[in-house]
Amino acid sequence: MPYDHKPFDYVAPRGLTEVEPRHPVVIIGAGPIGLAMAVELANHGVPSVVLDDNNVVSVGSRAICWSKRALEVLDRLGVGQACVAKGVTWKVGRTFHREAEVFSFDLLPEDGHKMPAFVNLQQYRVEEYLVARALAVGTDLRWKNRVTAVDQHADHAVLTVETPDGSYALEATWVIACDGARSPIRAMLGLEFEGELFEERFLIADIEMQADFPSERLFWFEPTFHTGQSALLHKQPDNIYRIDLQLGWDADPEVEKLPERIIPRIEKVVGRRDFTLDWTSIYTFQCRRLRKFVHDRVIFAGDSAHLVSPFGARGGNSGLQDVDALGWRLAAVVQGRAPEKALAAYDRERTFGADENLMNSSRSTRFMSPAHGVERLFRDAVLDLAGRAEFARPMVNSGRLSKPCVYPLNAPDDARLPDGARPGSVAPDAPQGDGWLIDRLGGRFVLVAFGEAPEVPGLPVIRPQPNAAVIRRWLASEVTGLYLIRPDQIVAARWVEATSEDVAAALAAAWEGRT
Amino acid sequence: MSQLITTPNMADPDGLYASLLAAHRGLTEAESHAMNARLVLVLANHIGDRRVLDQALALAREGTGPAG
Repeated sequence: MPYDHKPFDYVAPRGLTEVEPRHPVVIIGAGPIGLAMAVELANHGVPSVVLDDNNVVSVGSRAICWSKRALEVLDRLGVGQACVAKGVTWKVGRTFHREAEVFSFDLLPEDGHKMPAFVNLQQYRVEEYLVARALAVGTDLRWKNRVTAVDQHADHAVLTVETPDGSYALEATWVIACDGARSPIRAMLGLEFEGELFEERFLIADIEMQADFPSERLFWFEPTFHTGQSALLHKQPDNIYRIDLQLGWDADPEVEKLPERIIPRIEKVVGRRDFTLDWTSIYTFQCRRLRKFVHDRVIFAGDSAHLVSPFGARGGNSGLQDVDALGWRLAAVVQGRAPEKALAAYDRERTFGADENLMNSSRSTRFMSPAHGVERLFRDAVLDLAGRAEFARPMVNSGRLSKPCVYPLNAPDDARLPDGARPGSVAPDAPQGDGWLIDRLGGRFVLVAFGEAPEVPGLPVIRPQPNAAVIRRWLASEVTGLYLIRPDQIVAARWVEATSEDVAAALAAAWEGRT
Repeated sequence: MSQLITTPNMADPDGLYASLLAAHRGLTEAESHAMNARLVLVLANHIGDRRVLDQALALAREGTGPAG
């Protein structure tokens, strides 16, 4: 069944008839990032207003691959279970050259994690769950409210908002622009979106059909059904499949969008069978970002801040990591528990994350869509060798799928503890009886202790059951260990042994954004 | 740390040179370029050491056009 887009109700906002008090946070854009931001802030006790120029969830599947980390964040927001229950769980990707499989990967080779490596779920579903959640936590969601101007002042910003009933002014101490790749707010502030545009076009289509393709990511270089180009197939819930077909730069997007052009191409991928075309789109590859994500009172998150070419699942997932890194800090600033300069750490961490995503995404694009000459020569050499020499297989690049970056924190560390849990990493999950360690972390700072725990006022101590997975991921061959875990489940600092002063100092540094 | 060997390191340099030419015999220029690209990848994997490979890239690039 194609998705039933039920419009949300527009309600005339208060600001049309009276002056609204200044809001601590106004979020622009009710996409997955804006909505997640609202729920995250509400979880930290900060109410927000969300403005959206439209009144429906996304049309078309758009972001479909939600990574383990994104699912952990969504779970903390209260929609992770719904996403996993509805979505298609997968972890294996297979890459073919012509008809032969040349490379495969398993994104979660070991058990003992609450969340799977990846879940495919249409963006409109994720938005649907987040809208319900945002309303449940008291978010002031305003549909058909379009921002037409932003005026920045010393300690607030004033937005001009247009509605079907006229326009009004809205004051906010902080504005978060989650208004997507073509961000009007970015344009209003006159900010440059720096980076590269690649001369490549892809056609994406959602088709509905009864089929038994495996729950795997299938990618083809130069398949016989699409000569000289590449193709990707992803399974989504409700018998919907996503097909991405490379078109090349010379293709005319207007012509390629016509069903009579699309249908024969899809028939070549899936064979002649009954299917319905639900949604199509044509996109170009871009790798761009804002130089800074924090501009006085306006903070950018998600695609408005950084845009990568697809095939790495680095768009939606990195946006949720922005939410993760911003929420607890902004809430603390709003509540006067942290200085404003703490937001510089958001900027630092997420521009670092964006650069890692941009690097991976540009590399994949160069492999998928090599320029004439030597780029093409090496790409073909790798594909040719991959069929007969194992070493060349990991060089086949059909997209390197989103993994959280490790923030380069300047924090206490002890290299005797496992590398995978070093400061800046997401705290590793592990089973805990019937539950999971990840569920005991997040939302506040905690001290995870193995052995004696020094006392630090206001810092709860978590003592995991030391099973094999916990020992492997958190202790290696040490018997004691202390981990300071941030509200976003990131390791802030760690020691084999530490005093109360050590831990308190690391805690203060993390709050102030000094690490 | 390994260093790129830039002094003679083969017993029979003339023989290797002849083998290189022989391996390319009968190929078009495009096929030769493609084979060279494959050869670079095969040898790079055999060497495996990024430091050595980066030195090799710099040495090979030297004197040809602006620095890359």
